[in-house]
Amino acid sequence: MAPVTGALKPTAGLAALMAGVVLAGLASLALGSLSIPLGDVVGAFTGFDDSDAQVIVRDVRGPRTLVALAVGACLGAAGAVGQGMTRNPLADPGILGISAGASFFVVAAIFVLGISTAIGFVWFAFLGAVVSGFAVYVLGAAGPGARAAPINLALAGAAVAALFAALTSAVIVADAQTLNEFRFWVVGSVAGRDLDTLAVAGPFMAIGLLGALLAGRALNALALGEDVAQALGQRVARTRAALVASFVLLSGGAVAVAGPIAFVGLIVPHIARGVVGADYRWVVPYSILIGAILIMVADVVGRLVARPDEVQVGIVMAVLGVPVFIALVRRRKLAEL
Amino acid sequence: MSALVLRSRRAGVSARVDGRLAGVTAGLLAATILAVAGDVAYGEFGLPLTDVLSALVGFGDEATNVIVLDLRLPRALVAAFAGAALAMSGVIFQTFGRNPLASPDVIGVTSGAAFAGVSAFVLGASPSLAPLAAFAGALGATALMYALAWRDGLSPFRLVLVGIGISALCVAGIAFVLIQGRVEQIQEAYSWLVGSVNLRTWADFWPLLAGLVVLTPAVAVLGRALDALALGDETARALGVNVERTRLGLVAVGAALAAVGVAAAGPVAFVAFVAPLIARRLTGVHGAAVMPAAALCGAALLPAADVAGRIVFAPTEMPVGVVTSVLGAPVFLYLLFRANRARGPA
Repeated sequence: MAPVTGALKPTAGLAALMAGVVLAGLASLALGSLSIPLGDVVGAFTGFDDSDAQVIVRDVRGPRTLVALAVGACLGAAGAVGQGMTRNPLADPGILGISAGASFFVVAAIFVLGISTAIGFVWFAFLGAVVSGFAVYVLGAAGPGARAAPINLALAGAAVAALFAALTSAVIVADAQTLNEFRFWVVGSVAGRDLDTLAVAGPFMAIGLLGALLAGRALNALALGEDVAQALGQRVARTRAALVASFVLLSGGAVAVAGPIAFVGLIVPHIARGVVGADYRWVVPYSILIGAILIMVADVVGRLVARPDEVQVGIVMAVLGVPVFIALVRRRKLAEL
Repeated sequence: MSALVLRSRRAGVSARVDGRLAGVTAGLLAATILAVAGDVAYGEFGLPLTDVLSALVGFGDEATNVIVLDLRLPRALVAAFAGAALAMSGVIFQTFGRNPLASPDVIGVTSGAAFAGVSAFVLGASPSLAPLAAFAGALGATALMYALAWRDGLSPFRLVLVGIGISALCVAGIAFVLIQGRVEQIQEAYSWLVGSVNLRTWADFWPLLAGLVVLTPAVAVLGRALDALALGDETARALGVNVERTRLGLVAVGAALAAVGVAAAGPVAFVAFVAPLIARRLTGVHGAAVMPAAALCGAALLPAADVAGRIVFAPTEMPVGVVTSVLGAPVFLYLLFRANRARGPA
């Protein structure tokens, strides 16, 4: 990554990040409780020979790597869109209530329906994300005839998050069995997710990513303030609705597949802005790639630090991400929104 | 807005009394007293308010005395005072960070306490150490935040971002600790984690009271400087404020308030965030002047939530930390929604 803003053409940085994604993906296929030589990793896809190593790569690590890639990309994009549309550098899927909504619906699924598998949780988590996203939008942005001050969206998100978190607590304080299932979902992990899980959430994630990539210009306009955005020809209300929709698809898809992984959505846009500056047409694609790299690397680290056990990616993300983030916060004059 | 200015030439002091602020503050004080009274009167054994009163003044029968004086009064007072402490901490950090999201439960103070407390439950230490651990955790997390955010001075924005980082670390730590222990241990830890004033005694109340007795005057002294800092560093210096020393004081007092609150009632979420916001919307006042109203708002919210958690879920009860969010979030969202309406079409 370029150390100094503007020292590098944005396209060159993009190419470097794509190379980073490929490297992280290869590492994710090769490393783990059993390290597999790169030859076998490549062979698993070109000349499958049924060896244990190749089976692991194809059936276990391949899907897991894809899941990590997709989740990371979505979380990065969600962070950029969320911070841009609320004009608040602290906004992320956690603050804006998406993770809490998804968590509550998962807890309800465990408690009421007795569901206990990752694939079983996907629809419920996604539904919860959509419900809470819609609630945040209605309460924070769509008062009758009102335009939403960006801060209202962030505040409504925090309140909805607290409400859903409280409802979640109400169930799991009362029911030990639900707590026991839930505590393993809520750490956030990409292990044991197969392609079926991704197939359910994938289309929503793809639409969300497309929306985020197209939103750069609108986010730039919003960053100048509502009035300026309007003067620049943005239909502010409609733009905001579209941004919220994209944000919900992205963060809902990610939380549905992997559980709540905190922090990625928060830090990635800050890193991206630090590298390419405040232009959202670049911040969004950078955030997507940086998010994907971060999650894949965190997942690999989680497999390696406690071999043969694993540490969940949500936890590794915090332990690795926090020092990096703090170093970043300390080092530069922060690129404000 | 009506305002009355009281001035004494001889004593050389003057005070400006804002009518709406005074009215709302009085209303919140009444609400607090009502909530505490309700928290004492309602429960598994309903007590007439007259019995409660006679027990309070020392003329109750023995059973009433035990229920009122030993069980419910300390509990209600812990709730009210912890609510006030958390709310004041919220005002300090939100004003200081210039962002309403920068409340102690978002920037790592409360999650530091929660992580330390949960660790006391699960990692072998005694659950009775949880309040102490929480107190230390809140202060430790804040000290870490302050040290890491310091760079030729303290920028509030940097402190908030570092705080969010620390918070993420603590939340991950909590999740990690919670997947370690046996499920019974976890359940016990979890009911502490959501925040509860169940089974609180005078032994929990006195340290809380002592903390507030020390900290409230500090809050009053720092209030003016808090407002001066909100005008920007240059202006604050021109007004004679020692910027860095004041910031250190504010962070220390804000963290200590959250720490005493959390030690007494557990890491109750949302009160520190929402009480100042509700108070600001009700009074229309920003900055440090909202402090008394916010403190009372927190002091009313917690006992009200406590009694609601007992009435609605009888014969079991819901921990106060769950109910504060369930009660507080709709109130806040309503205020937010109404503000949107009032603003009218774009």
